Formats: sequence, C-alpha cells, structure tokens
Amino acid sequence: MNVGRQQGASESESRPLNTFKEITVDNDLTEAKRPEEAILRDLSAHGYDENTTFAIKLALEEAMTNAFRHGNQCDPDKRITVRYSVTDDRIEIQVCDEGEGFCPGDVPDPTEPGYIDRPHGRGIMLMRAYLDEVEFCSKGCSVRLVKFRKQTP
Amino acid sequence: MTDQATRLKVKDLSGVSVVEFSDRKILDELCIHEIQEELSAFIDSKSSGKILLSFKNVDHLSSAALGMLITLKKKIEEKKGALKLSDINPQIFEVFKITRLNKLFDIHPSQEKARASF
Repeated sequence: MNVGRQQGASESESRPLNTFKEITVDNDLTEAKRPEEAILRDLSAHGYDENTTFAIKLALEEAMTNAFRHGNQCDPDKRITVRYSVTDDRIEIQVCDEGEGFCPGDVPDPTEPGYIDRPHGRGIMLMRAYLDEVEFCSKGCSVRLVKFRKQTP
Repeated sequence: MTDQATRLKVKDLSGVSVVEFSDRKILDELCIHEIQEELSAFIDSKSSGKILLSFKNVDHLSSAALGMLITLKKKIEEKKGALKLSDINPQIFEVFKITRLNKLFDIHPSQEKARASF
C-alpha cells in the first residue's frame, strides 16, 4: 500500500503520516460509522461548510462501503483502517482494507446505457465527482481522498 | 398508516400511494436493506401501481439508496405500475444528476406536481 508522497502535482503532495489520526474498525457497517463521526467533528471544528461536509460524508460512505463489501468481502474477521488529517486548507483521508485489491479501471462507467439501470457500481464515480483527488494504491486495497477548502473570491 | 416499527408513512391520495420516510433519514448502506424490504413488501401489497416516494425527510443518501430505487422501479414496472419521486433537496438532486439518474427517474419538485402527472 502506497501511503508515501505522490509524484507529480505539487498541490497534492501527501502530508507525512505522523500528522494523521488513525482509527481501525472491525469490518462492520455500524463500526464503520466511527471514523466518519470523528472526521465530521474535525470538519466542524475547522469551520468547513455544509457542502464540504456533504461531499466528505458521501465520499467516505462510498469508500467505507467498498472496503467493507468488496475489499473485505463482508468478512467480520477483517478490518478497515482510516487515516485522516483535517487542516484549515484541506481534508485528506486514506481508507485501507485487508482484501486482495482490484483494478479501478475495470469498473465500468455507471452512466453508460448498459449500466445505468444496474443497482451497483456508482461509488467510485461519486467519490471522483465530489472530491479533488481520488487515488488508489497500485494494488487497489487503499484509496486516498483529498478535498481542498474552496477559496472564497 | 403509521406503525411504530415502520420506517415509512403511507397515505393514499386519489389512487396514488404517497410514501414518506417516518423520520429524518440518512439513506445509507447501514439502513437501506431494511428500508428496501419494507418498500418491497408495500409494493407487493398494492393493487394500484401509482407510487410516489417523497424525499421530504431525507437528509443524506449514498449510492446504496440509488441502487434500492432502481430495484424498486423495476419491481413496480413489472407490475405495470409507475414510480415517481418528489421533494428532493438540491444537494441530493445533484447526486441524481451526477449519476444521470435524473433521466431514469421521473422526479418532481413537489408531491402535488408529481400526483398531477400520473
């Protein structure tokens, strides 16, 4: 799992891990709420607006559900680790499962005619739509989510 | 019809079943299975296929809710019925637009407009 510095765009360099908080939960949908609650508290403490809160809540829900269902295969003996950093300029979250990984490129576009009426497959699309950066590690068992605070003109 | 154990409030208005959630709701993976079961059982019980689902009490949702709606829509249409949605707040409507599901579902700004369109 790649949690190190990202090559390329200077505005998206990951912060050192020692600035992150970490919560590990059992692979359980109720337990999966605990990281969300902690992150939302930090968002509130840093005065992030409702739109940002909605975006983070949605994207994190999608990432946690994917970790629970697809990564960890609903296995209660597995765990999900969430590392997060909320600062005045951005929110960065890493969601890590204990699964075999996958290739995000294999996930079809859920807006395509053959897929639009399928009940699943929209999580990654929604993460990408609401966040500034969504990056999977090379194996696919962790995802890094970043949202920058919008500058008011 | 409101039952303490139910998550739904249903009223029949001129042959249209108007379904609301009984309290402020976050439609996410954790609760969607039970809500889907309840809605599915309700659809099975209906002879009239005009169903309006109001999002008046919905604060937040995830893609699990969208999947539920797609499944329910298919179920209703198999019974030659119709499903419409109403009272979706702008933030949640944006989720429908991003996923292009605003084209798949018949969405109206209010219950009155939705009922009139059946």
